[in-house]
Amino acid sequence: MMSDLHSNWYPIASSSDLPKRHVYQAQLLGREFAVWRADDGHVNVWENRCLHRGVRLSIGINNGTELKCQYHGWRYANRTAGCTYIPAHPADAPARTICNNTYPAIESHGLVWSGEEASGDLLSLDGFDSATVLRAVPVFAPMNMVAEALLGYGWDDSCKGAANDDGSVTVTAGDGTAVRIFVQPMDSNHSVMRGLVNQAPAGAGRAELLQTHSWLMQELRDRVEVLAAKQEAPAPYEPVIAKVSEDLVDIPALGTDGRKAELRVQLVKKEMTAEGIVSLRLEPIKGQLPTFQPGAHIDVHLPNGLVRQYSITNGPGETDHYTIGVKREGDGRGGSAAVHDSLQEGDVLAISAPRNNFPLRRDAEHTVFIAGGIGVTPMIAMARALNAQGLSFEFHYFVQSDDHVAFKQQIGEFERALTIHKGLSPEATGAKLKEVLAEPGFARHVYICGPGPMLEATRGIAASQGWTDEAVHFEYFANTAEVDDSTAFEVDLARSALTLQVPAGKTILEVLREHGIDMPSSCEQGACGTCRCGVIEGEVIHQDVYLSNAEKAEGKSIMTCVSRAASDRLILDI
Amino acid sequence: MTCNDRILIDDWHVVADLDQLLQAGSCKTYLLGVEVAVTAGRDGQVAVTLADGKQQLPCQIKYGFVWTSLGSPERETIHIPEAFEDDRYIISGGSFPVKVSGLRVVENFLDMGHFPFVHNGWLGEEPHTEVAPYEVELTEDNEIIATECYFHQPVASPTAEGGIEVEYKYRVYRPYIVALYKTNPLYPDRKDYIVLFIQPVGPEECVVHNMLCYIKEGMKEPDIRWFMQLIFAQDKPILENQIPRRLPLDPRAETPIRADKVAILYRRWLRDHSVSYGAIPATEA
Repeated sequence: MMSDLHSNWYPIASSSDLPKRHVYQAQLLGREFAVWRADDGHVNVWENRCLHRGVRLSIGINNGTELKCQYHGWRYANRTAGCTYIPAHPADAPARTICNNTYPAIESHGLVWSGEEASGDLLSLDGFDSATVLRAVPVFAPMNMVAEALLGYGWDDSCKGAANDDGSVTVTAGDGTAVRIFVQPMDSNHSVMRGLVNQAPAGAGRAELLQTHSWLMQELRDRVEVLAAKQEAPAPYEPVIAKVSEDLVDIPALGTDGRKAELRVQLVKKEMTAEGIVSLRLEPIKGQLPTFQPGAHIDVHLPNGLVRQYSITNGPGETDHYTIGVKREGDGRGGSAAVHDSLQEGDVLAISAPRNNFPLRRDAEHTVFIAGGIGVTPMIAMARALNAQGLSFEFHYFVQSDDHVAFKQQIGEFERALTIHKGLSPEATGAKLKEVLAEPGFARHVYICGPGPMLEATRGIAASQGWTDEAVHFEYFANTAEVDDSTAFEVDLARSALTLQVPAGKTILEVLREHGIDMPSSCEQGACGTCRCGVIEGEVIHQDVYLSNAEKAEGKSIMTCVSRAASDRLILDI
Repeated sequence: MTCNDRILIDDWHVVADLDQLLQAGSCKTYLLGVEVAVTAGRDGQVAVTLADGKQQLPCQIKYGFVWTSLGSPERETIHIPEAFEDDRYIISGGSFPVKVSGLRVVENFLDMGHFPFVHNGWLGEEPHTEVAPYEVELTEDNEIIATECYFHQPVASPTAEGGIEVEYKYRVYRPYIVALYKTNPLYPDRKDYIVLFIQPVGPEECVVHNMLCYIKEGMKEPDIRWFMQLIFAQDKPILENQIPRRLPLDPRAETPIRADKVAILYRRWLRDHSVSYGAIPATEA
């Protein structure tokens, strides 16, 4: 039952109870708290139980940013107490919001204050700005009995005790020395006295001060406990443990999303490779990783339920791991933030096998790579492959500044083939690209990957400089165009001998899946090319950014995740 | 706290390990909150009475343990064919007192997800943390069976060398009796068998008696005992730090994940059988 008591602030710990990476067990009005300080200084006061099986989090591990339960390794984030990782289900775990109960916390005057329903400011502690925190002394007696006894507390005859509005007692001596003692109600018959002295001597003076009050408070404790033992003990508080939300009652079904995460890898190394870009080294848990080709990407299933595509940057022969680079996107939906903030070395991740929808031709006489920002990642793998074979290429990397150059060591291998263009305006970039793309020709190919506007501009420049569509290869990060799914039509599946209706609001891919047809997919927004399907008959409204203009005009392929029929009927080659 | 669950009162429970009892001659213990006295006469005859001596309780010796009941048992205690196979050890790993509801102990026994964290280096190890989907069913005999439970274990048994993928089968016979069948490293078609006979001392306190039926070949008795004690010593501090100590049956009390499929069925089964001793019954919300 909530009462006024629950809206008060009480000290529940000393600041010194929270050394680095420790978890302190506190208690207030019968409720246990796990109290821990993150490396950024934030003090967390949480319900002392893991939401999964009720194990005390105070026996958990504080790793500086998260608290890890000892029982099943669930991790909860600093501040929000949201669950970020469930090791038993690396592929699909918490798309749900699992969040522990947090309580208000203030750290002030060397004490940590909390209260189930506490709000507003602490009562003024004027005069105690330079204070000594006394040893906390427990008393097996009700709070009020302790507070009453404290009015008679003193260390010489001049001491006078007075009660404060917050229930604490201030005892002042004739010389102005004052002690303010707060009573923390652990339970109905169990209290803790926490005192502050308005002096902060050092060395022997401090030791003497602490010792004196330790003895005096111990004496007071003994007296009060004798009194308390004569009374009938009040019933202990029965804190109600809040129920978890309704949506957590049922276990999530096995993923019905057709995107498969057949591989399990461990994040072995996570490090910043450039401003806002983190590099992740993923190693297999068992056996070998599948072979990848330069330009390939993997789907990474993130602990927050999102699935994201990242290009493999490895060079030839680097087959014992995959290295990917992830840029923190400020305006994203939380995929990159989850990578940057939640993933930790040692975590198990579910990923798809590599897929290559951005293949590299190795029969070119000369290859031009044009990378913008994080678009560099597939290009690194490609150029390393050509470099290893001694094939001719040049590598242009457009970045904001030197701090934004990722994977410096790897691109350093390209030596004179590498040109880093730093801090160019869009106009200057355009001029530079005209220069770079000045010489189309036989068996010359260009590969482009970067932000949408840069990619568009580069494709335009390449075309105007005389590069054919077949010689220009590109990969978009994302399809930013709005997809129109308002039409309804019929698809005939030539090889499966099925006719399906695609209603408005559904994609061809979704309808195929509903009918048990296992169509691979990855980004599901028309950027990656995984769900490409052959078109035998019918006209297509292309809404993807994967196919080239020539391929779109030809009309022999469709991206089933976004594109639709212009005619009433499409015949697909599946 | 006294027990009102007929299903528990009218059933058999272990209250003593026979070897221990014969050494001590007699002991007092609690069953479902009731103090009972267990005595072994000179002739080896064992008797169980209420501690005040006023009432004789039913008593039988089975599997090396003393069984009794506070009511009128309507069914026999469980039959374990493995205990009658000559090439198996039939031993106890020790009777462990634990300050938590025995129902929590059952649930922990049914759980593979904690292996890499609580039994790190033995029954599991990071990064092999994933719990693959497995099958759970309620049988016609009203038992819970979980099958096709596979897990990577570095030291799966007292004699295992090197990590292997083990297969488990779990079986809940009664609210306080649970067993597992586990791949034997030498005989792929036979299983080692471990059963817990949990004595509900109080709603938040129990003694975990156990019987280990390991195939003898390649095993030594002390190693089996040592292994059981090692594993249980790792579980005990976790169990004793569960809040609340009783098992909450309200689906919204804790957060299950797919790996907990068998535990979800166990909690529902307890609800359906109105087992409240050691549990916090689900209230209408």
